Amino acid sequence: MEQERIYLDNAASTRVAPEVMEAMLPYFTEHYAVASSQFSHTPGIQAKEALDRARGAIAAKIGAQPEELIFTSGGTEANNLALKGAAYANRKKGKHIITTKVEHLSVLHPCRSLEKDFSITYLDVDREGFIDLTQLEDSITDETILVSVQAVNQEVGTIQDIKEIGRICHERGVLFHTDAALALGWLPLNVQEANIDLASLSAHKLHGPKGAGGLYVRQGVKIKEMIEGGYNEFDRRAGTENIPGAVGFAKAVEIFKSEDSQYVQKLRDRLMERLLQIEGAELNGPKGERRHPGNVNISFRFAEGEAVTLHLDMKGIAVITGSACFSRALEPSHVLMAMGLTHERAHSSIRYTLSRYNTPEELERAAEATGEVVERLRQISPMGEPEGGR
Amino acid sequence: MPLPYTEKVMDHFMHPRNLGQIEEPDAVATMGNPACGDMIKLYLKIDEGTKRITEIKFESYGCASNIATASITTEMAKGKTLEEAKKIGWKRADEELGGLPPVKIHCAVLAIDALQMAIENYEHQHGLLKVKVPTDEKVAIKRLKHVIDPKSGREILQANLVKDVAVADGRVRVELNLPRDYQFASALEEEIRERLEPLWDVREVEVPFVGED
Repeated sequence: MEQERIYLDNAASTRVAPEVMEAMLPYFTEHYAVASSQFSHTPGIQAKEALDRARGAIAAKIGAQPEELIFTSGGTEANNLALKGAAYANRKKGKHIITTKVEHLSVLHPCRSLEKDFSITYLDVDREGFIDLTQLEDSITDETILVSVQAVNQEVGTIQDIKEIGRICHERGVLFHTDAALALGWLPLNVQEANIDLASLSAHKLHGPKGAGGLYVRQGVKIKEMIEGGYNEFDRRAGTENIPGAVGFAKAVEIFKSEDSQYVQKLRDRLMERLLQIEGAELNGPKGERRHPGNVNISFRFAEGEAVTLHLDMKGIAVITGSACFSRALEPSHVLMAMGLTHERAHSSIRYTLSRYNTPEELERAAEATGEVVERLRQISPMGEPEGGR
Repeated sequence: MPLPYTEKVMDHFMHPRNLGQIEEPDAVATMGNPACGDMIKLYLKIDEGTKRITEIKFESYGCASNIATASITTEMAKGKTLEEAKKIGWKRADEELGGLPPVKIHCAVLAIDALQMAIENYEHQHGLLKVKVPTDEKVAIKRLKHVIDPKSGREILQANLVKDVAVADGRVRVELNLPRDYQFASALEEEIRERLEPLWDVREVEVPFVGED
């Protein structure tokens, strides 16, 4: 008999909403034509209409025009297209790009490959994960063509001041890209208000399907095509459009309400409070409004993260850790390291990310289970209880 | 089970054997450091006549692989003579567990190193060494391998934190290129002592912090 599982890894991916599932189904079984057949047959026209509707709904949500949104296979492709696409299309203007040390790997790894043709500045962050706007301003030179700063951090939920970053970039005449995968729906996001030129979006972080995402590209901003082939997506991204994905993406955006965020934030604060009562618990990242509504990240001193997550899994609770033992690169979380935390702190960090499908009872159980597991691991540790250590 | 671990690994992780401390152990070894995530402390009780390991216990601050390997290692070593126990390597422990994912082997190595270090420490202190190599700078430096600076996560030797090592009349002096008020000063000093004090001809260990404040 398996107990009810408690899923707290929603920053990785979320459950597809039933409404989303329902909206997508006909596009697998009935309306399966491709959108580019609109000039030949009726099913093609229907497909094109569905795609246009989805595009319009998502664009409207972020204050953009429909033709400014390119559908992609997800946030990773959007980040690749934004960085490499904008860099190579604008290389005559300059060869300098600015990003941060705490970006998702789908920004950091493209930046690493861009290093062969461009110089890249990686901005520092403070103990809570915020960039220093003065450092950003000081880093912009005549050579700078692009600034890429995430809206929300994937590990500690830090919300950057993208309005202020957008204002600075706009003033200095450089393009501003933001990885908004974890912001869409969860937080107000308006490309006009924040002077955003490029924004990466993802469907499966807000109860949409995997394999669907998009890149907002402000009208007039040049990007170089990465995937070549037919004339899809305004000739900027070839490949048959994922119409069920786009339809599901739009539905997910449509039904994600600000009340959902508020509900999750209440759960978050309660969980945080409960977990911080555990001996030797330390919060990673900021508190309050400047933290993603669904993110809790806490280090439990002297309890190694991978061991904690496995024990919690045995109790039916799904969370992840920033421990090197968990990472495939055997390195501790680059985000926690950039925040100036110790290796040990990273090794004992646990991330809980919530969604509107979580209940207060589930989180109560998760907090209690965490306390038990941490206590158990400390009992077998040569370092004993936190007060006795160091 | 969808986890990357065998049932035996999970069993030893969830229900570790020989967990805890031994009061007045005959040999102890600590390997690893909180900085690298994994740390293990091993305690042995050894029969002086038969040279058999009569009791063995461990404590671990580590991941599943570390805990599971330590647990199985204690089972494998219990009741063995020191000579038999010396032959237990990480490959045998890994086989016994049904195979760890390759990326986790280094966690297993730590547990085995602790066992071997504990045996070595015992031999040093009980005059059991076949060849009594006198401790010199080279021997001392070798023992300091894998001592890790908790702040940077790097080995102190590689990070050039060891300014000088001097050995004279059973006294070892390890000068560290770190200030006295260094955050991890006492942890580092303790670890260095644990490495050097068991050596058969070492009577005293000094660890001055000579870096600028």
